[in-house]
Amino acid sequence: MKILVAVKRVVDYNVQIRIREDGSGVNIDNVKMSTNPPDDNAVEEAVKLKEAGKAKEIVAVSVGEEKAKETIRKALAVGVDRGIHVKTESYIEPLGVSKILKKIVEKEKPDLVFLGKQAIDDDCNQTGQMLAALLGWSQGTFVSKIELKDKSIQVTREVDEGLETLEINLPAVVTCDLRLNEPRYASLPNIMKAKKKPIEQFIAKELGVEISNRIQQIKVEEPPKRKSGIKVSSVAELVSKLKNEAKVI
Amino acid sequence: MSILIIAEHNNLKLKAFSLNAIYAGSQIDLDVHVLVAGNKCENVSKEVAAIPLVKKVLLSDSTNYENFLPENLTPLIVKLADKYTHIVASANTFGKNFMPRVAALLNTSQVSDIIKIDSPDTFKRPIYAGNAFATVKSNDKKKCITIRPTSFEPAPTSGGSAQVEKIEAMDIPNISKFIKKEETKSERPELGTARVVISGGRGMQSGDNFKLINSIADKLNAAVGASRAAVDAGYISNDHQVGQTGKVVVPELYIAVGISGAIQHLAGMKESKIIVAINKDGEAPIFSIADYGLEADLFEALPQFLEELNKLNTIQK
Repeated sequence: MKILVAVKRVVDYNVQIRIREDGSGVNIDNVKMSTNPPDDNAVEEAVKLKEAGKAKEIVAVSVGEEKAKETIRKALAVGVDRGIHVKTESYIEPLGVSKILKKIVEKEKPDLVFLGKQAIDDDCNQTGQMLAALLGWSQGTFVSKIELKDKSIQVTREVDEGLETLEINLPAVVTCDLRLNEPRYASLPNIMKAKKKPIEQFIAKELGVEISNRIQQIKVEEPPKRKSGIKVSSVAELVSKLKNEAKVI
Repeated sequence: MSILIIAEHNNLKLKAFSLNAIYAGSQIDLDVHVLVAGNKCENVSKEVAAIPLVKKVLLSDSTNYENFLPENLTPLIVKLADKYTHIVASANTFGKNFMPRVAALLNTSQVSDIIKIDSPDTFKRPIYAGNAFATVKSNDKKKCITIRPTSFEPAPTSGGSAQVEKIEAMDIPNISKFIKKEETKSERPELGTARVVISGGRGMQSGDNFKLINSIADKLNAAVGASRAAVDAGYISNDHQVGQTGKVVVPELYIAVGISGAIQHLAGMKESKIIVAINKDGEAPIFSIADYGLEADLFEALPQFLEELNKLNTIQK
């Protein structure tokens, strides 16, 4: 079995972002960047399947600017075999990314594609589902458990009401929840070894897919600020404030 | 313009967030149609037909749609999409699951999780865990939109009498199968729509200690929420998670107990009307957004809280 894992380079989850004063977007110059958190879970799950002897090869793919290679390197350092970088000049919407990934799937012919369930920058939650649709494949989204069967996989999905279990045919697209596993850290020797693993590069524009953005960003602004509150000194004072001042209980 | 809303239901009853999607759709154009696809779901179609904002109900009743598998629903929605300018659903795990599939096949860039409609093609949506609001204009002819249900009012539910049109089911690809759904049963209000929410974090230290939260929830008729840390630690099940990748709640009163206030948690609750934080770490970021902060050990504060509530003559429900 071959697994393709898609990873995205995003602003680190701990960074308090700053909005450009002219409203043109979020300032990401000199900001710490990391792998999108649930993408780490996607990588980890693929590596675990390889360690269990169930997957033969894992390929990590990232669509983005030159530095997206760093995100691929990080995946190579925890056990992914090789990388594919699809270089873009600027932000591409999930629709464009899923068209690019479809091209890569056609080249690589994996049995499974793993992605994070949502990127924490644009918060779109689209790419995996779009890729599955374009390929005509089954999908398991927001997955917190995977069990391999013969020609299918059983996935447990985190849904609003609780947990849903599906059996989906292979090939399939799976989008991973943070609870799927505990991503490992790369050891120093493995980080060194990863430098020797191959990363093939493609230029997005040369893949022959239509990836122009359809959504125009008009402006980006700060959300309304909350009025600063007060500290109360006792539970009795808290309850009295809630009852008489805020009138919510 | 005409709007197609995809209703969420369980074959017996319409789910509450469908009402918010219908209301949002009606803000784009009043020609609102609603698709009810499911199995033996005629009652749901009647329920939808009674919503005054709905002009027409499309009912596709078939075992093909019993479990709302996205692989099965998508061909039907794509076919119906022909006649509509906007396809709309809620941005919960229902809408998020199939809408991007529909958008991709329509070659449309989806606009996710909108919180405001400026015009039929311009919407506001939160990005970076709600730390920025982006106003975006969709240049696609057909628009696929998911709406954040807590940002729109629910549509009124009675007085309407829309026509119900039966739609034949489509062939399905047979590539996915429903096995089971484990739903957490609770007598308490639903987290997404509750007037009061009380949430526990890592500070609760165990699942057993959530009984302190539960007894206050019962007293206030509140829903129980949790931070990701508490769910990850196994204190409480995933459907209670509030945050960027969990549920977004906008109650009148949100009580955060033993929650430090990571950006990802704040994304799910900071629009609440009144926020209370109880935490023994006075420097915890949650205090910066709390209307009322109490720096205290939760294991002392929660029993006292219950005691004080018991002293009140009346409590709003």
